[in-house]
Amino acid sequence: MKSLIKILVVAVMISFVFSCKNNLVPNYQYMPNMYQSVGYEAYGGYQVFPNEQSAMLPAEGTIARGHSLFEYKNTNEDFLRAKVELMSPLDSTQVDLTKGKELFDIYCSICHGKKGNGQGTLVKREIMFGIPSYDDVGRAITTGGIYHTIYYGKNAMGSYANQLREEERWQVVAYVLKLKADLEK
Amino acid sequence: MLFLCEIFITKYCSICMKKSYQSLEGNSTNDMKQVTHRNLITRLILSGLILLLTYSTAFAQGDPVTGKILFNTNCAACHNLDKKMTGPALRGVEARLSDDQGLDRDWINAWIRNSSAVIKSGDAYAVKIYAEYNNAAMTAMPQLSDEDIDNILAYTAQEKVAPSGGGEIATTQTSGGQNKGGISNELILGALAILFMLLALGLIMVNKTLRRFANANNIDIPEEGQRKSLWKAFIKNQFLLLVITIFFLLTSAYYVFGYLMQIGVDQGYQPVQPIHFSHKIHAGDNKIDCKFCHSSARVSKTSGIPSLNVCMNCHKSIYEYTGETTAEYTKEFYDAEIMKLYKAVGWSDEDQQYTGETQPIKWVRIHNLPDFVYYNHSQHVTVAGLECQTCHGPVETMEEVYQYSPLTMVWCLDCHKKTNLKTKGNAYYTKIHEELAKKYGVDKFTVKDNGGLECGKCHY
Repeated sequence: MKSLIKILVVAVMISFVFSCKNNLVPNYQYMPNMYQSVGYEAYGGYQVFPNEQSAMLPAEGTIARGHSLFEYKNTNEDFLRAKVELMSPLDSTQVDLTKGKELFDIYCSICHGKKGNGQGTLVKREIMFGIPSYDDVGRAITTGGIYHTIYYGKNAMGSYANQLREEERWQVVAYVLKLKADLEK
Repeated sequence: MLFLCEIFITKYCSICMKKSYQSLEGNSTNDMKQVTHRNLITRLILSGLILLLTYSTAFAQGDPVTGKILFNTNCAACHNLDKKMTGPALRGVEARLSDDQGLDRDWINAWIRNSSAVIKSGDAYAVKIYAEYNNAAMTAMPQLSDEDIDNILAYTAQEKVAPSGGGEIATTQTSGGQNKGGISNELILGALAILFMLLALGLIMVNKTLRRFANANNIDIPEEGQRKSLWKAFIKNQFLLLVITIFFLLTSAYYVFGYLMQIGVDQGYQPVQPIHFSHKIHAGDNKIDCKFCHSSARVSKTSGIPSLNVCMNCHKSIYEYTGETTAEYTKEFYDAEIMKLYKAVGWSDEDQQYTGETQPIKWVRIHNLPDFVYYNHSQHVTVAGLECQTCHGPVETMEEVYQYSPLTMVWCLDCHKKTNLKTKGNAYYTKIHEELAKKYGVDKFTVKDNGGLECGKCHY
């Protein structure tokens, strides 16, 4: 009889071990010092960094590889200047509309719509309002203006400079101009 | 009885609903007719006035319904009726401008069609409002006709309506639906319970009657004799004891092995995040691409926790939650979460400006490979073209994200063994793959065949 009780106790203990898995905390690890990085990881919290964040902005005055200096400021005057004079560095052989479409569908179409007519999912669901069509007469978008808007944002639209690299931005600009031409047909 | 009641209620309700719908429809069509009539008359009167007197009316009549559509397509990106956004709140703007500033319709028309020209002309109020809103120039809208502007102004002139009972009706209806389901389930269970009780009762009664018959016919019912205790029989049977012991040991070994194997595996890990960010709403309901926020997954080792400016690209305009709610996740709950974001990023919703007081959010990392494994997102997302869901599971349905996959080595290798390499559109691979496929005598070239099982590919 006593061994029966023992068996029962063991069974209950085993069921405790298995039934009480708490998903709010991470599981045990065999050798944590092999699991956790010695070096600083991206998005880690370490005391040596300001705000304890290893994610920091690039040092001021530096330009990342594949990027170049953008000489237009985030002002209305510079927007108008860019609208007139800023041109794409990509020539016709470098423009990749497939890539442009891919990026446009990720970053822009959610508001501007896949056709650029201002009817994205968020507009249709009445979450965002007032997204213009690319063939809007009052705005009359141009290469430089589009790039400036992606770079700094405009009015209710925010900047997408950190989600798109410089070359990718120009690909998106090319694709937007194609959508505009399609809309104006 | 309950069931009948229900039928009655649903029927009655549906009749009511139909009636109310009809009346609603009737109303709206009437309204539309009236509106078109009124519109026609006003247009006639207006043109007459313009022709005869060359005089523009100050408070022109417009159609608020058309105005709302025009407002939403042209103005609502920057203006709200009651809330300061990129531009000022616009409820009653015409009356306000005329009463406070003495500005008439001509000024409004000029401003809407080309605000920068009005500012350049040195108009005092125009310069003031331009400076007040951080020199954000209003887009020129030369395409809007006088009538369009009439309609928009008519829409902005409408009184603010207190939220109607529409929402309440909807919620009661849905809760009614839930009750309906609950009752029917309970009914079935209750009926079953009663059935079983009746069966048991029947059996007892049959037993009793049979015994009574037996007694009446003088038949002896054999009484159950003293049995040997089960435990003693078990102890005496050595074979059974041995088998049971072996079985018990094997079972415990199985469970101990299972326990040791799941150490270090965080499948199902679902921590509480500092802000309740619902992937269900963002990626599911609103169909925002994963890479919209996790943009570095395309180009980098890390998939990237979006910095708060990415949130603010939309949440500058989206300051409240308007979608579906449940009892647990109410509109107030979600609105409070958006306020947490504003607080963290230092955005003042009243002034529509950044205050500069930021508080970085400490998100809790869920997916974490051990340091001795190398994993690169861009290689899987961009080169292989995998969907995020392949490893992260149905994130678009997760209210709170949890780890879907075990992220163990066997899990990685299983996928490497059966997934074909994406060679399409990759000139470098086309030739070499044809040759390798010929060499190995396989028609499909999997990750494994390209060295996807080599230790040094991930451990170095």
